[in-house]
Amino acid sequence: MTSTADALSSPSSLAWARRRGSVARFWRSYRTHRTGLLGLGALAVIALVALAAPLLVGGDVQSVTNAPGSALDSPSGEFPLGTDQFGRSLLGLLIWGARISLTVGLMAAALSVAIGTLVGILAGHFGGWFSTVVMRITDWFLVMPTLVLAIVLATVMSRSVWTVILAIGVTSWPTTARLVRAQTLAVESRPYIERATALGGGHGHIMTRHVLPNVMPLVLAQTTLGISHAILTEATLAFLGLGDPDVVSWGGMLQDAREAGAVSSGHWWYLAPPGIAIALVALAFTLCGRTVESVLNPKLGVSTR
Amino acid sequence: MSTASTAPPRGGYGRRPALVKSGPSGPRARSARAYLLYVAGKLGGAAVSLFAVLVTSFFLFRIIPGDPVRTMTHGRQVSAEQLASLRRQFGLDLPVWQQFTDYCAKALSGDFGTSYQFHAPVGDLIAEKVPATLLLTGVAVVIYSALGLWLGTRSAWHHGGPGDKVSTGVALTLWSVPSFWLGLLLIITFSVGIGPVPGMFPTGGMESGDASGFAYVADVAHHMVLPVITLVAVGYAQTLLVMRSSLLDEMGSDYLTTARAKGLRDDLVRRRHAVPNALLPTVTMVFINLGHVAAGSILVETVFSWPGLGGLFYQALSVPDLPLVQGLFVVFAGAMIVMNLLADLLYPLLDPRVGR
Repeated sequence: MTSTADALSSPSSLAWARRRGSVARFWRSYRTHRTGLLGLGALAVIALVALAAPLLVGGDVQSVTNAPGSALDSPSGEFPLGTDQFGRSLLGLLIWGARISLTVGLMAAALSVAIGTLVGILAGHFGGWFSTVVMRITDWFLVMPTLVLAIVLATVMSRSVWTVILAIGVTSWPTTARLVRAQTLAVESRPYIERATALGGGHGHIMTRHVLPNVMPLVLAQTTLGISHAILTEATLAFLGLGDPDVVSWGGMLQDAREAGAVSSGHWWYLAPPGIAIALVALAFTLCGRTVESVLNPKLGVSTR
Repeated sequence: MSTASTAPPRGGYGRRPALVKSGPSGPRARSARAYLLYVAGKLGGAAVSLFAVLVTSFFLFRIIPGDPVRTMTHGRQVSAEQLASLRRQFGLDLPVWQQFTDYCAKALSGDFGTSYQFHAPVGDLIAEKVPATLLLTGVAVVIYSALGLWLGTRSAWHHGGPGDKVSTGVALTLWSVPSFWLGLLLIITFSVGIGPVPGMFPTGGMESGDASGFAYVADVAHHMVLPVITLVAVGYAQTLLVMRSSLLDEMGSDYLTTARAKGLRDDLVRRRHAVPNALLPTVTMVFINLGHVAAGSILVETVFSWPGLGGLFYQALSVPDLPLVQGLFVVFAGAMIVMNLLADLLYPLLDPRVGR
């Protein structure tokens, strides 16, 4: 804020200047964490490759009928990672698979965090019997084995990418709901909320204008950590044959590999790359999430390097 | 997360946390009554949770997939009369609430209907597979809890040092690895064999079949090595991280400074004073992990063809054999609820500050 007169010209410009300031502060602190930068860099590269997939390998890489190679070739100059049982290039499939893993991971995490934030803010704001009932339901979901619930949902619904997103999203929100509720209670006990109520702010105003901006940092950290969980769950569901059969995904590639007998015939070059890719993306998101968490809450004691 | 962190123990000049509060009979009787009240509350909560699992399983499998009879007869020519008689046979012509009460009554007596693919009662199929799962996952949980506690303690005590960085990094990496993939790689490397590595372990199953007595035990142990390694590798990170952060919380405490000031060796300060206090959150973790193991073993049992509940679940999914999936869902969720209950009941005994 260099010019006070300019910043004070309207409340919204003042608010924006403050937001810009806090983002800059966040970044200054984030970039001192070497592991966080490493995770962010890895994610940038993977996202770029996924976005450029049509340019890099072309759209016909998934076609079974006019596959370029012969079945189950070892890695060679033409196919750097070898070919699958239909003769498709594994490198091409791996690059296409990044798209589905990232899409499902991001959307499922967004869905789960959205549900969790909504439930948490409502339960924290309204309190009373409503809060008790909602938190009981949350606790119940927290106790449920997430993977089993997701598997069951994916089994009883039709096979599609949306089913997978839904199954992961509706089973993994309770942690966020608990954290957001605690934060909402902390925010609402501050005097300025009382002032806002006295000035005539309704429930909606308090929740969206005062509580929501205050829980956003927490929500951001939860989302980043949730994505790696979602990506692992997506791979698991696809491996169990519960994913969309028409879409190439890393978990699905591993299932194909197992069905093609890659394990008993020792074709490690078929099995290794998809798993490494899953682990790499999940690890990158975990590193970013832990860094975000420790920037926003230095008390957690995550090492800075 | 100030709500999650533990408060410094009060008046604890390096005392071990007392398991049973001793004192005059008055406060003791009161605290016993408080504990009974606490137990009753937790038991009631668990009963409600179990009932909610029954409700969920009933509606999940009856409402969402549409007509169960149509699913059962999928791809076969059936007349309208056959459909009607099947409906009667499964009680599907009754009103929903009556179906529900029937279902609950049967489920409570362990009857989950008949499996589509094995044509045997679901309850029997499940009961037969329980020991194998308990054996595999029990051994794995004991090993990875011990490993996680040990490495977590070391990490926190020397936090920021090279050992801490390497250990935390390795744990986080293994945590990000899909367990089924790690299992497949272990099979390829140590069962099938790559290059100079010979195939040392069986590719799957639990026994070779012809051994008895001590040889049988050795045979099962031989089959268990790879699945246990997989479960441990993927699982120990969580225990490590919880132990590490809870010990780090304790490390700034005044009572540790006092213990050092009184001249105790570093090793004793850690073993006698810091670790027992830091163990509390980790104990809850171990119990929750025990609840998770049945569900968590689905992938590992599938990959290693281990004849347990997880493998059965996979077989049921691929059909899908809805009664079997439903029965296993209730068992997995029930195990989780019971383990949480045990953790809740044990916690106030370990930490007198809770639940009083």
